[in-house]
Amino acid sequence: MIRLEGVWRTYRVGDGEVHALRDVTLEIAAGEHVALIGPSGSGKSTMLHIVGCLDRPTRGKYLFEGREVGALSEEERSLLRRNRIGFVFQFFHLLPRLSALGNVELPMLFAGTPADERRARATQALEAVGLAQRATHRPDQLSGGERQRVAIARAVVMNPAVLLADEPTGNLDRHSALEVMDLLESMSRRGLTLVVVTHDPAIAERARRVVRMADGEIVTTVNS
Amino acid sequence: MRFLDLLRFAAGALRGHRLRTALSVTGVAVGIAAVVTLTALGEGARQYVIDQFAALGSSLLIVFPGRVETTGGPPFGGVTHDLTIDDYRMLARLSRVRRSAPMAVATERVRYGDRGRDVPVLGTTADFALVRRLEMGSGTFLPAGDPDQGGNEIVLGLTVANELFRGENPLGRIVRVGPWRFRVVGVLAPRGQSLTFNLDEVVFVPVSTAMRVFNRSTLFRILVDVRMRDELALAKRDVEALMRERHRADDVTVITQDALLAAFSSILNALTLALVGIASVSLAVAGVGIMNVMLVSVTERRAEIGLLKALGALDRQVLAAFLAEAVLLAVMGGLAGLAIGAGAVRVFVGIYPSFPASPPAWAVAASLALSLAVGVGFGVWPARRATRLDPVAALARR
Ligand SMILES: Nc1ncnc2c1ncn2[C@@H]1O[C@H](COP(=O)(O)OP(=O)(O)OP(=O)(O)O)[C@@H](O)[C@H]1O
Ligand SMILES: [Mg+2]
Repeated sequence: MIRLEGVWRTYRVGDGEVHALRDVTLEIAAGEHVALIGPSGSGKSTMLHIVGCLDRPTRGKYLFEGREVGALSEEERSLLRRNRIGFVFQFFHLLPRLSALGNVELPMLFAGTPADERRARATQALEAVGLAQRATHRPDQLSGGERQRVAIARAVVMNPAVLLADEPTGNLDRHSALEVMDLLESMSRRGLTLVVVTHDPAIAERARRVVRMADGEIVTTVNS
Repeated sequence: MRFLDLLRFAAGALRGHRLRTALSVTGVAVGIAAVVTLTALGEGARQYVIDQFAALGSSLLIVFPGRVETTGGPPFGGVTHDLTIDDYRMLARLSRVRRSAPMAVATERVRYGDRGRDVPVLGTTADFALVRRLEMGSGTFLPAGDPDQGGNEIVLGLTVANELFRGENPLGRIVRVGPWRFRVVGVLAPRGQSLTFNLDEVVFVPVSTAMRVFNRSTLFRILVDVRMRDELALAKRDVEALMRERHRADDVTVITQDALLAAFSSILNALTLALVGIASVSLAVAGVGIMNVMLVSVTERRAEIGLLKALGALDRQVLAAFLAEAVLLAVMGGLAGLAIGAGAVRVFVGIYPSFPASPPAWAVAASLALSLAVGVGFGVWPARRATRLDPVAALARR
């Protein structure tokens, strides 16, 4: 499903170079639940962005469902993100002017889904995260945990193959964090491939595989 | 992405910044209102002039002595003949001519008792009133009859009558022009400026009397009212042929009223366009305002743009979304400007009812097209900046 072969991601900073990823090789099978951990600056987000087709390797090969992403056009990668990949961010990234329902409808808006189908699917997705009653609320009328659940509904409403979460509980209290993780895991149990970046060991432990990074490299992989 | 969804999405974004939206809409509205108002006034001026000419009768030929040449020097060895009352008589007999009126003009002092006033004295015939569509306030115009038989009747313009008689009834009174005595037979209804003369401030006497008083042998011009409007060119040729035969030279000029009108009209058109050009400057300023607002918006909404890209929005969809915002701003401004402009014109017409100002249809269409163009033209660059944002950087929280 996901296959990185000798991937480097190098940033030019002034005259020097920063290697955010160094020679990373990793394979993730469909339906797996993987946690990415490591100190700040170790390259976790960079890796997630490459896996999510938001960024491309400077060197090396990245294959998503057998296609080499580096060779795809901008538009083809957009379509991959639209149809195959869902993102969940630490800071939710909900549009403040839209209701919860409107935010969940957003990916379908750009996909050209007809309005009534959009509404039905978004409502269903909100139900699945337990927020059907909050559909008309705007983000500033929701708690942090509720916002993240809206974001998860938005991430899965297009029925993606992969769900990528960058510190999804980083801004939440213990209780909401557990709720959000329960939700993500329930999605994973239904066959969704799940990759979660986290600083929280308790949350990392819940994954079937824990990949530890340091200084742009994978240092250990622990299967449980 | 569906077009209506795109518009709704853009409108939603604009609603998020009401004040900013209102200000940039106002900018465009002022520009468009200026365009609409100024074209309406320019068109009004043109229409006003056309109406003035129409009041003269649109089937008019004007004959005057001398040749207005656009090429070459004066006719070689040519003598410019006088334009005489006999010329007028023969002209009036042409089959395509309905009626005709000679004009002799000089400024003379007209006196009644101890009051006097220097006014243009027009020597003509009874037909002048018909050719120029004069209306009488009281009495009659000059009597019909043999133009060579100069009587001593005089017709006064309204202002002249009021100044000389101060409320007294002028009919039947004797006024003096130089040493000559004239009997007042009529006073014109108010008419105002008409082409060369203010008809309120002239007096009329029979043409042959006038030539004697002025000690002149040539007419100032001959007005010719053509029977059929579409035979104007033919009639003009008839007149020229007749005069060539009588004078054995091309020594008169015949112009049609249309030629005059076309000249005036093109001058006024140029004026209108100049006004529009000036108004367009304010529109350009408004466009820069839109560009500024959109640039601020793109900078402020980096995270939103990054998110849209992460959700799979294509670059051209992001471009379309931001362009739609700019175009919405401009078109709302355009519509508001049209309304304001139309209101301003209405107020103006309320104050000056005789001025036929109304925004021409082309100006309305052009303003809307222009505001659309401003939206697209000044919105493209900010929108392109939005599409060029790197989603990873845009999503990063700083
Ligand atoms: N645009 C960039 N330009 C230069 N260097 C960058 C850029 N983005 C990331 N880096 C560098 O790449 C390295 C990896 O960054 P990354 O964001 O992947 O770390 P991370 O593991 O997600 O850290 P954190 O836990 O703090 O989120 C860091 O050293 C960072 O400074
Ligand atoms: Mg990170």
